[in-house]
Amino acid sequence: MNAHHTPPVATLELDRVDFIHRGHTLLKPTSLRLAGCQRTLIMGPNGAGKSLLMRLAHGLLTPTTGSVRWQGAQPAQAMVFQRPVLLRRSALDNLTYVLAIKKASRPELKAIPRKAQAMSALEKFGLAHLAKRPARVLSGGEQQRLALARAWLLNPQVLFLDEPTSALDPAAIKAVEDAVLEFHRSGTRIVMTTHDLHQARRLANDVLFMHNGELLEHSPANDFFTAPSSREAAAFIRGELVW
Amino acid sequence: MNKTTALITAGALGLTWSGTLLAADDYITLASTTSTENSGLFDAIIPAFTEETGIDVRVVAVGTGQAFEIGRRGDADSLLVHDTAGEEQLVADGYATERLNVMYNDFVIVGPSDDPAGISDSENVIDAMQRIAESESPFASRGDDSGTNRAELRLWEDAGVTPQGEWYRELGSGMGPTLNTAAGMDAYTFTDRATWVAFDNPQDLTLLFEGDKALFNQYGSLLLSAERHPHLKHDLAAQWHEWLVSEQGQKAIADFEVDGQQLFFPNAE
Amino acid sequence: MLTSDNAFSTALALILSMDSALIDIVMLSLKVSLMAVMIASLIALPLGAALALWRFPGRNVVIVALNALMGLPPVVAGLCVYLLLSRAGPLGEWGLLFTPTAMMIAQVILVLPIIAALTRQQVEALHGEYAEQLNSLGLTRLRMIPTLLWDARFGLLTVILAGFGRASAEVGAVMIVGGNIDGVTRVMTTSIVLETSKGNLSMALGLGIILLTLVTMINAIAHMIGETAKRRLG
Repeated sequence: MNAHHTPPVATLELDRVDFIHRGHTLLKPTSLRLAGCQRTLIMGPNGAGKSLLMRLAHGLLTPTTGSVRWQGAQPAQAMVFQRPVLLRRSALDNLTYVLAIKKASRPELKAIPRKAQAMSALEKFGLAHLAKRPARVLSGGEQQRLALARAWLLNPQVLFLDEPTSALDPAAIKAVEDAVLEFHRSGTRIVMTTHDLHQARRLANDVLFMHNGELLEHSPANDFFTAPSSREAAAFIRGELVW
Repeated sequence: MNKTTALITAGALGLTWSGTLLAADDYITLASTTSTENSGLFDAIIPAFTEETGIDVRVVAVGTGQAFEIGRRGDADSLLVHDTAGEEQLVADGYATERLNVMYNDFVIVGPSDDPAGISDSENVIDAMQRIAESESPFASRGDDSGTNRAELRLWEDAGVTPQGEWYRELGSGMGPTLNTAAGMDAYTFTDRATWVAFDNPQDLTLLFEGDKALFNQYGSLLLSAERHPHLKHDLAAQWHEWLVSEQGQKAIADFEVDGQQLFFPNAE
Repeated sequence: MLTSDNAFSTALALILSMDSALIDIVMLSLKVSLMAVMIASLIALPLGAALALWRFPGRNVVIVALNALMGLPPVVAGLCVYLLLSRAGPLGEWGLLFTPTAMMIAQVILVLPIIAALTRQQVEALHGEYAEQLNSLGLTRLRMIPTLLWDARFGLLTVILAGFGRASAEVGAVMIVGGNIDGVTRVMTTSIVLETSKGNLSMALGLGIILLTLVTMINAIAHMIGETAKRRLG
C-alpha cells in the first residue's frame, strides 16, 4: 500500500462530545480517537446518530459540550454527501470552481492549469465525456462520481462520506466503492457511514457502531464482524431489526 | 469578471447619459397650470419664443397651489398661473419680485344637457350657483386648491352658499380628471374655457352658463426673487417674463386657437 | 365615444406612424426604468443575499421593513425624493429635480425593497440546500454570496422582472419628481395620465396598450432566455 509512503494522517480526538437539539439529546457524551490511515465505517440503524457524529467530526456542527480536536495541524478534509450538492454549471466548471476557491491542488497536478487539472479528475472518474454537460442533469451515479472527483482535486487527508451509495444502482455503487479504495490507496483516511452491512464488510478495516445516539463499539473490522461486544451490534450483524 | 465589467460600463454610460441632460443649460423650468398645458397653448407659443431667444421652456403643469409651492421652494425659474390674490401674496412675501398681467380667459359652468337646476337662463353666475345649491344638483369641485378651485370657492362665498352635502363632491383632482368624473356622474362643474374646449370626453356635458364678468380668469407671470433663490436662471427667466408681455408674445397668445376658437386673450398693459 | 376598438386602432396607428415624439417617450421610459432596475439590482442582490446569510440582532426588523416597503406607495416615494432634491432640500444643490435622473432615483427606491426582499427569500432557500457543501469547502459567508446569487439566477431573473414591472408601471413618483415635461421627463405612464386628463381616452388607452406590449415583450424575452438556460442546466 502506498499509504506507508505518505505523511501520517493527523489524529482526531473527540472528548466527551454530546449534541442536544431543542432539549433532545441526539448524541450522548462520546469520546473517540481516530488514528492512522484507516477506512473507518460508522454503522448502525437509521437515527442512530451516524451522520451527526460525522458532521461533528468534520466541523459542520459544533458540539453542545465537549471538544473536537486534531492532534497537530488540522488536515485537509472533504466530504461527500448522500445527495451530492452540485452547482448549476457544467461538470467541468464545478471542478474548476473548487480549485479557484480552495487554491489547492494535488501535488502531481500542481504544474498544470486548473482546467487541465479538472479534466484529469473527470477522466479519472470516467466522466471526461460529460465535461460540458450541466452537472444537475447527470444521473445519480454520475453526480456522485463528480462529487468524488471534486473531493479528489482537494487532495484531502481525511475524506468523510455520508451514505454515498444509498440512492444508487449496483453499478454506480461499485464505482463509488472503487473510488473510496482509490482514495485510501493514495493516502487518504476514510470515514464513511453506511447502513449496508455488505458494503461495510467490503470496505471497513475499522468499525464504529452506534445505536440510539450512543457509540457502542469501536473495534477493528475483523473483531467486529466475528465477535461484536454489544447485544445490539450482534443483532445488527445477524440482520435483525434493531431499534 | 466580464459580467462585472459590463455592469460597471453600463452604469458609467448611465451616469454620462443623465449628465448630458443636466449639461444643457439654455432652458428654463416654468411651473404652470394644467389648464394652460392641457389646452395646448404652450405647444403653440413656446416654439416662437425659442426661435427668437434660443431658450427652451420646460413646463411642469400642476395645480396653482402646487405651482406656488414650487416657486417658494425655488424649484422652477418662472411661474405662469391664474390666482391674482395668491400671486400678489407671493410678491408681498418676497419670493417673487414682479407680477405682470399676461392674458385672460374665462370660467364657464358646464353640466348635464337637461340642466336639472335650470341655470342656462340665470341672470348672473351668483344666481346660477344658488340654483345649483337649492336644487341640490350634483356638483363636482376640483377641491385641489388650484386657481380654478379658488375662484369657484370665492363665487360660492359671494353667493352666500356654504357648499357641503351629498350633492357637493370635492374630487381633489386636476381639471381634466374632474371633467371626466363630472361627465361620468352627470354633475355640474366649474371649469376654465380653455380646458373645456380642448376636452375630448364630454359625453352628456354641455356648456350651460358663460359670460358673467365675475367669471373673468386672469393669468399672471411671476419673476422669482434672485435674492431668495440665487441659483435660479433669472436672466433667462426675465427674457421669458418680458417676452410674454411683448408685442410678439401677446400676438402668439392671440393667434392660438382650438377648433377656430380663440381661448386666451392677451391683456398686458 | 370611447370603444376598445378605437383604442386598439389608435394604438396601431401610433405604432405604425413611428411618431418621433412617441419613440422618444418610449425610449425614455425604457431608459429610466431599466437603469433604475439595474442600479437597484446592483445594490439589492448582494444586500438580499447578505440578509439571508447573516444572523444579527434586528434582522427580523430589517426583513419586515423590507417586506413592508415592497408596498410603498409610489407617490410617497416620489414626495420623499422631491423634498430631497428640491432646491430647498438637502440635495437641492445638485439641481436634479425635474430631470430623468430624479425619476430614476425615485424608481430605484421603489424597486430596491422588492428585489432585496425576494432575493433574501430565494437565497435563503438555496442556502438551505447548499450550506453543508459550501461549509465543507470552507467558504466564508462573504464568498458564498456570489456563488448563491449565480446559482439562484433563474429565480432572480423573475425577481428582477418583478422590479421592472413595478418601475415601468408606476406613475405617482415620476409625475412628482419628473414633472411630466414634454420632451424631457415625459414617459409612457405620465403621458397616459395627461391624455386621460384631456379626456382623450382612446389615445390614453392606446398608449397603455403600447406600454403593455413593450413590457410583455421584455418579459417574454427574459422568460425565454431563462427557460432555455434552465432546461440546459437543470
